[in-house]
Amino acid sequence: MRDVRSDFPLLRRGGRRLVYLDSAATTQKPAAVIEAIAGYYRTLNANVHRGAYDLAVRATEAYEAARRTVAAFVGAPDPDGVVFVRGTTEALNLAAASLGRLTVRAGDGVVVTAMEHHSNLIPWQLMVEAREARLVMVELTADGRLDLESFRRALEHRPKVVAFTHVSNVLGTVNPVAELTRLAHDAGAVVVVDGAQAVPHLPVDVAALGCDLYAFSGHKMLGPMGIGALVGKPALLDAMPPWQGGGEMIRTVHDTTATYAPPPHKFEAGTPNVEGAVGLAAAIEYLGALGMAEVAAHERALCAYALERLSAIDGVTLYGPAERSGVVSFTLGDIHPHDLATIVDSEGVAVRAGHHCAQPLMRRLDVPATARASFYVYNTREDVDALVAALEKARALFGYAHA
Amino acid sequence: MPEGDGLAELYQELILDHYRRPRNQGALEAHSRRVALANPVCGDELELDLLLDGDTITDVRFSGHGCSISQASASMMTQLVKGRTVAEARRLAVRFSEMMRGSEEAARDRALGEARALAGVARFPVRVKCALLAWNALEESTRDHP
Repeated sequence: MRDVRSDFPLLRRGGRRLVYLDSAATTQKPAAVIEAIAGYYRTLNANVHRGAYDLAVRATEAYEAARRTVAAFVGAPDPDGVVFVRGTTEALNLAAASLGRLTVRAGDGVVVTAMEHHSNLIPWQLMVEAREARLVMVELTADGRLDLESFRRALEHRPKVVAFTHVSNVLGTVNPVAELTRLAHDAGAVVVVDGAQAVPHLPVDVAALGCDLYAFSGHKMLGPMGIGALVGKPALLDAMPPWQGGGEMIRTVHDTTATYAPPPHKFEAGTPNVEGAVGLAAAIEYLGALGMAEVAAHERALCAYALERLSAIDGVTLYGPAERSGVVSFTLGDIHPHDLATIVDSEGVAVRAGHHCAQPLMRRLDVPATARASFYVYNTREDVDALVAALEKARALFGYAHA
Repeated sequence: MPEGDGLAELYQELILDHYRRPRNQGALEAHSRRVALANPVCGDELELDLLLDGDTITDVRFSGHGCSISQASASMMTQLVKGRTVAEARRLAVRFSEMMRGSEEAARDRALGEARALAGVARFPVRVKCALLAWNALEESTRDHP
């Protein structure tokens, strides 16, 4: 893959090189995305799906074109299966609340896994509480993969919904979505997948995966914050009750009742984030030009190099399986991850420290926190070298002998 | 972001010593007050037990987990307030938070004892909450004390 660092204004700013290793939290933005957002406001801005005037027609067309771009990027056969939302969290809240009302009754089971981000756990906790249903958790193997036996056992009681992440935001584990979906469908469940850490990093084809609902965020894939998508099978979206009410999502409104627009608009109450959709489409075009297979290969190589260099540092403990996406969680001796993050920051290296919004997982790893380095298209081996040098500095500050 | 000398001050020997050999760590079976505080942003958790005899803090212990700054600060705080009256301890909490807001005058206050070693934390705004966690627990556990 070509060196893309110069496409990112924030990374080419003056002064010391910024070694940005927190793309699992959010990514930096290429100039093409920033320009697309500015361009929308300079030339196209109007409220969508309402005005009869030319500008509103063109704004609507830009918004719906973005929907087609998203659908094509993730292999959704029908653009009407793409619901624009604020991001993965909103997508999963929508999925949980609406599926709960559609299909979950008192005593029913809902399955999640022990590696979920809180955004794919709390919405289900809230839903099972409201529906008086039960939440069942799938356990992990020692090296941080889903335990398939535990998964099968969880399906024995024929849960109504099975929700799991495509890629772990802490461990980088890539779950076998197609296989898990087949098993869950055989048990009669609706399958919901959190793709926040997958769509930015791997070629994703939701039709091939077979899952019913698939959620992801724009800001983790070079796009702006505040835009994401819930991609669903149109027949299911059609059956699901609306989540939020308001303008845009209705067909006819009477005094005490209303009928609703067909999906996706049924789930898009209020003025949507058109600027965000346009920015996301620009990000997808940028990634498409790089090629998602090339993006994945770049990250795999970088991650392998990082694992090799980090494991050579005395005192480093790595978490997660050998085969993984571009996320490396680690600890170093008795240095708390927050102290590590502060120290490497002083060397211009940005990493995340903490529980990564995955407290049930951290409990199973038996650590209160880890440091996490995550990689993306603009990272290089130099960035890994800078991290390693900064970790050596942390060891020195904490009085560890020089290796 | 502060440069290297700020880091050397942040991770000076006295702080690492309190981190690695915390004073007054554990639980007090017989306690008058128990407060659990967490920093939801970073996951640090702290439980503070106080034993009061009238107005005097006769014993104090803390447990939980967190970064070197939060643990060292808790250790230093317990050393400082043990044997003091609640009013004295609360005055120290005010002094300490003044120091965390960058007051050089507070940082010179001998009443803060070894906790003055944490003055450098003021230069790392995201870490100030780590240093304040134990003091906030003290404040909360004694808020309704007459």
